Amino acid sequence: MRSKSIALPTLSALALVTALTVPTVSSAEEGASVIEEGKSIAFNRKKGNCLACHAIEGGTLPGNIGPPLVNMKERFPSKKKLKEQIWDATRTNPYTIMPPFGKHEILEPDELDKVVEFIYSL
Amino acid sequence: MKAKNALLILFLVLPLGTAFAADVSPEEELVKFQSYFKEKFPEIPFQDFANGVYAVDPASREQWEALEEFPPYEIDIEEGKRLFETPFKNGKTYADCFENGGIGIAQNYPYFDAKRNEVVTLPLAINRCREENGEPPLKYKKGKLAKILAYMVYTSRGNTIDVKIPNEKALEAWKKGRQFYFSRRGQLNLACAHCHLENAGRRIRADILSPALGHPTHFPVYRSKWGELGTLHRRFAGCNKQVRAKPFKAQSEEYRNLEYFLTYMSNGLQINGPGVRK
Ligand code: HEC
Ligand code: HEC
Repeated sequence: MRSKSIALPTLSALALVTALTVPTVSSAEEGASVIEEGKSIAFNRKKGNCLACHAIEGGTLPGNIGPPLVNMKERFPSKKKLKEQIWDATRTNPYTIMPPFGKHEILEPDELDKVVEFIYSL
Repeated sequence: MKAKNALLILFLVLPLGTAFAADVSPEEELVKFQSYFKEKFPEIPFQDFANGVYAVDPASREQWEALEEFPPYEIDIEEGKRLFETPFKNGKTYADCFENGGIGIAQNYPYFDAKRNEVVTLPLAINRCREENGEPPLKYKKGKLAKILAYMVYTSRGNTIDVKIPNEKALEAWKKGRQFYFSRRGQLNLACAHCHLENAGRRIRADILSPALGHPTHFPVYRSKWGELGTLHRRFAGCNKQVRAKPFKAQSEEYRNLEYFLTYMSNGLQINGPGVRK
């Protein structure tokens, strides 16, 4: 997007940059708030309740059935892969205790996406 | 570590693969099941498994032992004794329905009734005794029946659980119970075995998961969460609801078979009920 604007005449380019800057700031905020929303869904006992099994930064009294959720970007090459794990963990491990949050509609699709954003930020 | 995983996979895979399930022998399963827990918790003396989560969690054990000094179920035992000894309208009593007058017999339940072809639990036997004597049945999860049960179980303390599988039909019932124990259930897709076998001793949020071995030794239980006594099937229903599965009725065939399986797997442990839990 931005690299295209460089080819434009200077004046309109400036106008465009300002135009672009505004949404960039708000989308960063949006990103942060999506992560925050994801966090509260993940921590909510009636929703993700991920703390039942995983230690997660910022969460209290975690269980220790699953591994602590840290360095997620190193563990998962893409958000897509991470989403697959949360959607239906039995696909990688048929015996897993981890509930299939997407497949069994424990979380709504948009809630699951927000949880992915949060977990990927860890 | 590897051996343990192999054992676990044996447990978890077999019921799912029907081809294997047909060959399961209760005697072998009992040995595997009990050695799994003995290896997982080598420091716990066998009889201590009857103490549930307090066997594996020294931190909460002290509090529990303090509770057991003035147990909240004591008045329930007394009330249960009174109810047990009160004659029915026809003049007979519970004692007339049971071996040894109903005293010290809880370790033989549940048993497989070869005539009726079904598992008979102690609560079921109590209600059948009432009905045979023209009295209406009592509710199965709490209240009077739980109190009568508390008394009968109390008189059985120290007796060793000895559940038998007398014939093919009984074996079928045991297998159904086993199947139930290892089947995923509810929206959360969890089997009893996930929590009480595979992850016994681990924490699920702040709760430590008790081992399946020893579960039936101490029911009915006074739970602080309930503020009263409850039966084993009340607890089954609670654990089913926890995974957002529809619970079965107390004393349904499903839960009786489950109790049959679970109690058989605790053979050799001593009755120590009623118990107290949080
Ligand atoms: C009942 C237990 C349980 C719950 C609840 C649970 N998990 Fe898990 N999770 C596990 C276990 C156990 C594993 C280990 C891998 C396996 O079993 O396949 C795991 C693995 C993971 C992994 C992979 C970790 C890695 O490093 O490979 C991620 C990511 C994850 N869980 C995220 C979540 C999120 C997000 C939630 C909540 C929305 C959640 N889990 C809820 C038990 C659970
Ligand atoms: C999501 C995890 C989970 C699942 C699945 C689960 N339970 Fe539980 N169960 C618990 C927790 C937590 C407790 C309370 C702490 C303890 O004693 O383990 C408990 C307690 C119990 C108790 C009481 C133990 C005692 O000493 O008084 C029994 C009996 C029991 N569960 C049986 C079952 C059966 C049978 C199933 C399957 C139908 C089952 N549970 C499924 C988590 C679970």
